[in-house]
Amino acid sequence: MTLAANPLDTLGQPLKRKEDPRFITGTGRYLDDITLPGMTHLVVLRSPYAHARIRSINTSVAKTMPGVVAVYTGADTAEVNPLPCAWAAGGVENHLDTPRILTPDVARWTGDAVAAVVAETRAQAVDAAAAIDVDYEPLPVVVNAEEALKPGAPQLHENAPSNIEAQWSCGDAAGTAQAIGSAEVVVRQRIVNQRLIPNPMETRGSIGSFDAGTGEYTVWMTSQAPHVMRLLITAFVLGIPEHKMRCISPDVGGGFGSKIFLYHDMPLVAWISKQLGRPVKFVETRSENYQATTHGRDHITDIEVAGSRDGVITGLRVKTIANMGAYLSTIAPGIPTTLYGRLLSGAYRFPNIFCEVTNVYTNTAMVDAYRGAGRPEATYVVERAIDLFADEIGMDPAEVRRRNFIPPDAFPYDPKVLTGPTGLTLKYDSGNYAPALDRALEMAGYADQATAKAEAASRGKLLGFGLSSYIEICGVAPSKWIGLPGEGWGAGLWESANIRVHLTGKVVVTTGSQNHGQGHETTMAQIVGARLGIPVEDVLVEHSDTSGTPFGYGTYGSRSGAVGGIAAYNAAEKVRDKAKRLAAHMLEANPEDMEYDDGTAFVRGSPDRAKTIAEIALAASVGYDLPAGMEPFLDETAYYDPPNCTYPFGTHVAMVEVDRETGHVDLVRYIGVDDVGKKINPLVVDGQLHGGIAQGVGQALWEGAVYDDSGQLLSGTMMDYALPRASRLPSFELDETVTPSPVNPLGIKGAGEAGTIGSAAAVVNAVVDALSDFGIRHIDMPLTDQTVWRAMRVAEAGGAGGDVRGAAEGRA
Amino acid sequence: MSEEGATVEVAVVVNGTPRTVAVEPRKLLVQLLRDDLGLTGTHIGCDTSQCGACTVHVDGQAVKSCAVLAVQVDGSAVTTIEGIGSEGALHPLQDAFWTNHGLQCGFCTPGMIMCAADLLARDPDPDEPTVRHAIEGNVCRCTGYHNIVRSVMAAAAAMRDAEAGTSQPTATAQPSAS
Ligand code: FES
Ligand code: FES
Repeated sequence: MTLAANPLDTLGQPLKRKEDPRFITGTGRYLDDITLPGMTHLVVLRSPYAHARIRSINTSVAKTMPGVVAVYTGADTAEVNPLPCAWAAGGVENHLDTPRILTPDVARWTGDAVAAVVAETRAQAVDAAAAIDVDYEPLPVVVNAEEALKPGAPQLHENAPSNIEAQWSCGDAAGTAQAIGSAEVVVRQRIVNQRLIPNPMETRGSIGSFDAGTGEYTVWMTSQAPHVMRLLITAFVLGIPEHKMRCISPDVGGGFGSKIFLYHDMPLVAWISKQLGRPVKFVETRSENYQATTHGRDHITDIEVAGSRDGVITGLRVKTIANMGAYLSTIAPGIPTTLYGRLLSGAYRFPNIFCEVTNVYTNTAMVDAYRGAGRPEATYVVERAIDLFADEIGMDPAEVRRRNFIPPDAFPYDPKVLTGPTGLTLKYDSGNYAPALDRALEMAGYADQATAKAEAASRGKLLGFGLSSYIEICGVAPSKWIGLPGEGWGAGLWESANIRVHLTGKVVVTTGSQNHGQGHETTMAQIVGARLGIPVEDVLVEHSDTSGTPFGYGTYGSRSGAVGGIAAYNAAEKVRDKAKRLAAHMLEANPEDMEYDDGTAFVRGSPDRAKTIAEIALAASVGYDLPAGMEPFLDETAYYDPPNCTYPFGTHVAMVEVDRETGHVDLVRYIGVDDVGKKINPLVVDGQLHGGIAQGVGQALWEGAVYDDSGQLLSGTMMDYALPRASRLPSFELDETVTPSPVNPLGIKGAGEAGTIGSAAAVVNAVVDALSDFGIRHIDMPLTDQTVWRAMRVAEAGGAGGDVRGAAEGRA
Repeated sequence: MSEEGATVEVAVVVNGTPRTVAVEPRKLLVQLLRDDLGLTGTHIGCDTSQCGACTVHVDGQAVKSCAVLAVQVDGSAVTTIEGIGSEGALHPLQDAFWTNHGLQCGFCTPGMIMCAADLLARDPDPDEPTVRHAIEGNVCRCTGYHNIVRSVMAAAAAMRDAEAGTSQPTATAQPSAS
């Protein structure tokens, strides 16, 4: 490891994380670790039916059970507004239906909340919930989005005919039709991107507390975006003034998107705490998390890719049906539209792209952002399309990628599909895709794959190599691009930071970002510490409490470095400016002549005429002698709205061995060459990549949320949902190229979702490559032993090579 | 459902301190630790004994404390994450997880460390497949296990070195940001 010559310049250094001591000693403080005086416990009774009218609810027995404090049903909360949907698909008509805090009349999925029981202990509340008698009238159920579109399908909402929430498109319909119509080669394939359960290791929860003396609420929540939650709970759901509520995310045990959103329990605990005058805590069980917290993905897609036999792709047409679940979660409509269709050019110069998406309601859990959120689905389409096309024309898939890459001199590159309803064009910021591909192939020994395959064959194994040359849209997003007039996001997406340099020279940074494992407390301190020349240990980063941090939109979309981090950078620039002006006054120098470096403001050309940041902070804090018009104290806030997103990229290579007899897939090596621009802390970035890769591998091989036709969640516990486990993954082999982003002064791009975006396609491409002798050209995920075994046997029996459906692993 | 109000007395040594607690017979060990003793470092990540977040040691052996009734530990010694080391006196595994970035959100971490401590007590020099096999009952959704495996291997090496008296029981040095 190389250390910078200047120990204060920690940018780019693999520092151990500042937040870790509490986590490794068991002294972290997660939501369920919080106990308030007089606190009660909430348990929610959920519908066992996927679609049913509630005829009546009898709570009389439950109310008399030991320890029970109150029981509420939808009739009691009828006055409370439904939860808002904050992102309608841009530029088209949306039919918005959102959940109530307790459903008053019709349950629309097996997690729909029917009653709330509050008791002195959680066990007592569970006992009482079991004693509630609900009379349900079962209604017809539809769980598959394509089925839900058919005439005669059960209808979920009156305002959404044919269960269609929105129909959205992007790209050039006529040009793409023309390209496909006149192409030498056209490959068509149906691709299913199965439904997943995000699975943060901490389930969701919330605690509500109402102070009758001040009329103020405090809500603790497992949220990735506490400021946004406060806005939504107060102004949209409960109709109380925004400033009368404080929202706090304590330590949060992962989120992966599922903790961005507003859930019914958050306003419910606030509402109950006022009713009872006592705090109330809600914590999901894991099975409840599977039932009632949002899921991800769930697309059915038909693709057509057109081109010539020399490997040049001329058109891509994509038609997707996206399952939204029973209602719209907070930002759900934007995921399969903006965050999906606008990435369909991938790393390639496709001259014609057209994408149509239909968002559909079904009797299933709500689907919203899950790590990558639309972008893994898009990348999966593009990277499978490349391999299908390569297979059709008999060309090496690496060569097809190379022939279609956007060349390095074409940046900033306009892929056309990034241009939304406002006509505002975003362009890929920077890129050089071939070196990452070349390096990944070299690490994998791709050139000599025939030898490796022969060696594996001698052991009865089918070795496959799978590539994925992904790009990602990170650092979301310029507010005027993504906002209401454009992509339909109902707010902005800038981020905030405040820096206070205290009298002793110690620094407190507050950010509107929210840390739930990404390492903000370290990386933000590195940015601020490096810019101010203050040791990282003297910089404290505070976050996730609406009281004491500036408003911010939170952490998701790989935005905390490239947007939140730049807000911190800009705030540091303001501190440096003020420090220079004050130092000039102290030194009786011309402010124009001042420089700032290594924690010292000095006169250009005479470095001995200098004041340290500690001396300047002291002078600013006491305020005895300030230049005319200067306010005391070093306290600066910055709000940063990015001018563009950032576009990291890379090539991943998966190497799998498939057992010819059993269909078992063994991921033997996984290679990733990622270009995320510059890195604030490589230790943290690599960790993000590792975790992302594992989630994509999990989707490719094992995971899947499965409903039966009656809407029962078959993968309803951790026993039935196959998560990646240590014994089934290799260590990952990572390398990098570095193409700084010109979008921001740190040159960073973001890395939180990159691993997940690249990996599923790499693994599936590898398995399909391994099965090439069978003439199999596609298998839908997850590629469990059974699914792969079946595909081989069907192919041997002379069946068609395509369209083998995956079955999630836990469901034997 | 238990008979309301009926409790049983459990005498247990937790992290070296004798404790006596009256519990409902249906109470789980993890609830005893978290709710009665305030030891919230032991986490609950599932309801089917799949995740390992609740792993503690009972009489020196790793167990999932959500799969043990509180009454079953009567007369036993229980060690939790709070009992194996503390800031300033970290267990080599705690130190190695920190040094090798073996955690992100930290929710799985106490269970992972307790599970790995059990492994290293049985096998001081495990190879990578052995480590991966040993922790397969503990789920981490953040790290992809890559750095957890590195952490356990580093801790094993540090503990072997300490045992041999060749160096301090710390993992490879990295600059600290704390
Ligand atoms: S809480 Fe998941 S195994 Fe114990
Ligand atoms: S560090 Fe988050 S689950 Fe392991």
